[in-house]
Amino acid sequence: MERAAIVGVGQTRYERSKEGIVAELVYEATCRALDDAGMKIGDIDSVVTVSNDFWDGRTISCMAVADAAGCYGKDASTVECDGAFGAFYGLMRVLSGYDTTLVVAHSKVSEGNPRIITNAAFDPIYERSLGLDAISASALQARAYMKKFGVTEEQCALVSVKNHRNARNNPYAHVPLDISVEDVMKSPKLADPIKVLDASPLSDGACAVIFAVESAAAKRAKKPVWVKGVSHCTDAYRLGERDLTYSIALESAARRAYQMAGITDPWRQIDVAEVYDAFSYMELMWYEGLGFCDRGQGGRLIESGKTGMAGELPVNPSGGVLSAHSVLVAGLARIAEAVLQLRGEAGKRQVAGARTALAQGINGICAQQHCVWIVSTEQ
Amino acid sequence: MAGTAGETPELIKVHSGAVEVPYDWHCGPYWSRFFRGLRDEKKIYATKCPSCGRVYIPPREVCGPCFARMDEWVEVGPEGVIEMFTVVRLPYTNPSTGEPLSVPYTDVYVRLDGADTSLMHWLDETDEKKIAVGMRVRAVFRDKRTGTMHDIEHFKLI
Repeated sequence: MERAAIVGVGQTRYERSKEGIVAELVYEATCRALDDAGMKIGDIDSVVTVSNDFWDGRTISCMAVADAAGCYGKDASTVECDGAFGAFYGLMRVLSGYDTTLVVAHSKVSEGNPRIITNAAFDPIYERSLGLDAISASALQARAYMKKFGVTEEQCALVSVKNHRNARNNPYAHVPLDISVEDVMKSPKLADPIKVLDASPLSDGACAVIFAVESAAAKRAKKPVWVKGVSHCTDAYRLGERDLTYSIALESAARRAYQMAGITDPWRQIDVAEVYDAFSYMELMWYEGLGFCDRGQGGRLIESGKTGMAGELPVNPSGGVLSAHSVLVAGLARIAEAVLQLRGEAGKRQVAGARTALAQGINGICAQQHCVWIVSTEQ
Repeated sequence: MAGTAGETPELIKVHSGAVEVPYDWHCGPYWSRFFRGLRDEKKIYATKCPSCGRVYIPPREVCGPCFARMDEWVEVGPEGVIEMFTVVRLPYTNPSTGEPLSVPYTDVYVRLDGADTSLMHWLDETDEKKIAVGMRVRAVFRDKRTGTMHDIEHFKLI
């Protein structure tokens, strides 16, 4: 495989009800990524936008951001999945003849109705008519996972406490909080066992990442971050058919990404990880799927403190998705944060000496798909 | 841009609208057989994979892992065990009808006897202390049935 690098990243601040229109968010993230890379729009050979028609309330929603994403006169395409999957397509493009590819994702979840939109992800003649949506489906998964392995609500709450605290050091984060396990436990129930502080916020925002082949990266980037391994994997559509207590799709994606990157011992070889914690219990499940611990041991791992900022493998120093959940953008934001960490540009949330990072994106209800990235300062 | 220094120009806050797109979804032969079973016989039919033997509920044409076409039908339930549940407390508007679903209500996935996958429906108990994974439940059919998921009114604890 020809070597490819990430040479620029740009993000808006994530917040509730941003007042700009989606194209203005896309333009802000795109310009920041170009500035970061020391590039002009003319240096970009191809563009991948990430959007979803239901969230945007617009048919062929990618077309409306074409000018703001610099698509004019270029080969531009679209991925209607989480941004980590859009990035996968962007990487494929630079490995297929384009020197550079810009990937940009946007989301204004504040403009639509997330419960109606996520309900519409289900079969119209089955679960949709029974009112299932992302929150209730995730509550079912949380219940199944916690029951099977004896994971407690307090252990899940520790994820929320850690990530909201980490977010205090991230100027892009939406919900930085100094909270306790008790605060999480006392917060109102949405769908048990999920409570308000176990759930991610609804955040508007955009994120852009620029990929380049080795020759273009060497010419232009200040500090290229190299793609060492990446893989994604899909599980069954219907929740009643999946083992919701353990993600075989994540295990498979991680195994293949690790193999490409030469990772045999994540604890020794990965310095920092950014994972898609849409709900607190998810981070524990993803520890297990990523091989950070054995099945059912996620609760014990968070209790050990090893994934905290002072631990051996800090997870979500950015505050994670619990602190800023811009749907479709959040997986790309995990990659952007990994890049900032590896460049030593993560400010007060910097993991000292980070050289190899993991970023994970998910797609679909209860994470039907997973995408795992390993990026490194070392070529 | 208009406005003196230090003054923030007014933003016109929101342009409100709604996308209302009516659909008529075909049920196809598999859903149709399932719904006819509910409507005409108060029975729950599933499909069985000729390759791996897995019994799928709701029934469908393709076994995903085997990529094999299923054409054997088997009856499952009407009893089974709770595989997962949640008591929903966040107020919710049913997008299919526009009517509010009164909270709390309980979503369950039930592993029906004889099936290898689980069926999602409602449970008529909203006190989470009285519900547990593994409890046995039975489908309650409506008197008036029209060939939809709602021909099962809900599941009840046995």
